[in-house]
Amino acid sequence: MEITEKKHPLLIYIVLFAFGLMLMPAIAAAAGSKDEQAPGRSMAQQATKSKKLWRTSDHAKHKVLQKDFASGAELTQACISCHSEAETQFHKTIHWTWLADPAEENRQYGKAGNSLNNFCISTNKTVDAGCLSCHPGWGNTKESAVNCLVCHSQTKMNFDEAITDIKGFLEEGDDESKEIAREIQAELRDAAQNLGLPARQNCGSCHFFGGGGDGVKHGDLDTSLVKPSKTLDVHMGVDGQNFTCTRCHTTTLHNISGRVYTQPAATDRKSLVEDDLTNKITCESCHTDQPHKSGQKMNEHTDKVACQSCHIPDFARVNPTKMSWDWAKSGKLKDGKKFKTKDEFGKFDYMSIKGQMKWAKNVKPEYHWYNGVIKSVTASDKIDPAGTVKVSWPVGDRQDANSRIYPFKVHIGNQPYDKMHQTLLMPLLSGKQGYWNHLDWDTALSVGQASMDLPFSGEFDFVETAYVFPITHMVAPKAKSLSCTECHSKTDSRLAHLKGFYMPGRDVSKILNFAGWGAVLASLIGVLIHALGRFLSRGNGKNRKED
Amino acid sequence: MTINNGKMKNIYLYARFERLWHWLQTLLIIILLLTGFEVNGAFTLFGFRTAVEVHNFVGLTWLIAFAFFVFWIFTTGEWRQYIPTTKKMISVVRYYMYGIFRGELHPVPKRKEAKHNPLQRIVYLILAAILLPVQMVTGFLYWGYNSWGDWGLSWLSLQVVALIHIAGAFAILSFVVVHVYMITTGHTIFAHTRAMITGWEEVADEASVGDWEYKTKAKTA
Repeated sequence: MEITEKKHPLLIYIVLFAFGLMLMPAIAAAAGSKDEQAPGRSMAQQATKSKKLWRTSDHAKHKVLQKDFASGAELTQACISCHSEAETQFHKTIHWTWLADPAEENRQYGKAGNSLNNFCISTNKTVDAGCLSCHPGWGNTKESAVNCLVCHSQTKMNFDEAITDIKGFLEEGDDESKEIAREIQAELRDAAQNLGLPARQNCGSCHFFGGGGDGVKHGDLDTSLVKPSKTLDVHMGVDGQNFTCTRCHTTTLHNISGRVYTQPAATDRKSLVEDDLTNKITCESCHTDQPHKSGQKMNEHTDKVACQSCHIPDFARVNPTKMSWDWAKSGKLKDGKKFKTKDEFGKFDYMSIKGQMKWAKNVKPEYHWYNGVIKSVTASDKIDPAGTVKVSWPVGDRQDANSRIYPFKVHIGNQPYDKMHQTLLMPLLSGKQGYWNHLDWDTALSVGQASMDLPFSGEFDFVETAYVFPITHMVAPKAKSLSCTECHSKTDSRLAHLKGFYMPGRDVSKILNFAGWGAVLASLIGVLIHALGRFLSRGNGKNRKED
Repeated sequence: MTINNGKMKNIYLYARFERLWHWLQTLLIIILLLTGFEVNGAFTLFGFRTAVEVHNFVGLTWLIAFAFFVFWIFTTGEWRQYIPTTKKMISVVRYYMYGIFRGELHPVPKRKEAKHNPLQRIVYLILAAILLPVQMVTGFLYWGYNSWGDWGLSWLSLQVVALIHIAGAFAILSFVVVHVYMITTGHTIFAHTRAMITGWEEVADEASVGDWEYKTKAKTA
């Protein structure tokens, strides 16, 4: 049977149109609705919803704190008269000992041991008194009582200076001096009564100044975090959550979590959902490892990419940070005197006593595979001066299930090493015998090495070194996190240097693309020639038919 | 074109489902090509993230839709239209290489029982039975990359899967170029397009052209 009636096609158009319409909302849904909140955010909000701390003690009412203190030790005594175990606990922490991993005794990790960096290099086992200004005891010695106020007083004050001044004025003995001493004592007393858990200002009084100045070392820790905006740090922002450091750096017996040295800050990737007593040091503690809205590709990145990699687009966003330090250029004099020059940020880029330094703002991190362990060279380790010595470097590998791509600040140094022993050298810097006084490397290195009980052959040169800082603070609001093409790009991928795996958008096979586009082009040329042939030969057919 | 000299007739060639399938697939393929080549880095159009999300969604949609097509083609017996044959292959090739320029008639006019000429049969068979399934399998694997461990596929290389998928995309794009041109070679430029929209195709009404593929005819009759 032959059907020769034409059927009206309207119905088909309607069906097709309807189908198209049906696709639209589904596509929109796949792109993610804007109203729904990401589960990782809800989780974190629940974990931190009780913001107010409640207290059972008002320190201003404690008799023991209502007197005039003549020394730091007296003040500490007042604290431990109630908090009997606090000092004993604190003495065992790395904040006091400056020694990491006592288990690895022969390596002597820690700044009071054989660890070093490419800034001021070493504390010379704390022989360099300049370093002890950050040691949480009274005065610049390691033997004094613990200064509880540095971490716990909510009043910003130089406590050591106050004690020295009180002593000085009391010794003067005249009425006026005594009056001044009483005033300082009153201030100190107020500070001693105004107590609490460490605030950003407390931790920052040392950690924002690592390397001897604001923002020198870390890049993601500087004074801009005392009162940061939400844009600078979405957690600590005073116009947002206003987190203190200890909100994440949770603490047990005065041991503060989050230290990264020879061991990871957290060995388990556990959230509070899985373990409600886990420490809160990782992002995943509160946000879980599937924090994004369901079905979003970002959730499938969390196995290999650390949260920080995308959520901290760059560091040093308010204050500059030091990116390199060339000790070899130190020692120059102008008119026979030491001098300094400043850069565009108003930071010293040259100092006779320190050498050439480079500062930078809004720095893109470097990305490396990282399992939480930092491998470091100590003062007693042999080095290979042929290349850049990795004084500290992240440990990790793509094949390692615990490794993820993580952002780092890499600080490049040029520092002295022993040409005979092939070890880095620990010059003494401050004090009368220190380099900063006499600018004589031989003396500074001899005295410095002797303080470490390490040999010095007398022959030295400078070697380029690299030192890494994991970037984890200055988490930007989600709108400022990295877009896909920051990494998934052929031309300027942030991960261009990470090899050994295929990454869509970054990696292409040039041969395949050449052949592929070639085939498409050939098809196009082929049909165009054919079409031209048909066009030009139109007459042929007509003529033949009419014959 | 001048062969329309009164000896034409209208036949209902493409069923409603077939046409729906064809145009739906057209839409899906265009979206997939655009988004896919954006992910591959050929150009920027929707933005990488949107491109990925749309590509994933449309790809999965196609995978599901394809199951309906497979069901249809086997339940209707239309799969026989794709059985390759060498009969008249030479004359079809000769027609497109030469006869078309001479204004000759197509050696194999479309019939309900044989809507594809031998060249179409082999091309559509390769497309529907090899190229598209390879794209779907590699696309699905690519999409499920994070689950390879659970699926016992840890030995797979994403690079190999991706490159096969990209090679397939180039093949499909080349097909689209040629296909879009070939549909203009009917007795009028839009004759074939019209047929795929309405279902009705005007074909030469010559009994003599008939019986070139008796096997199909016999089985579907």
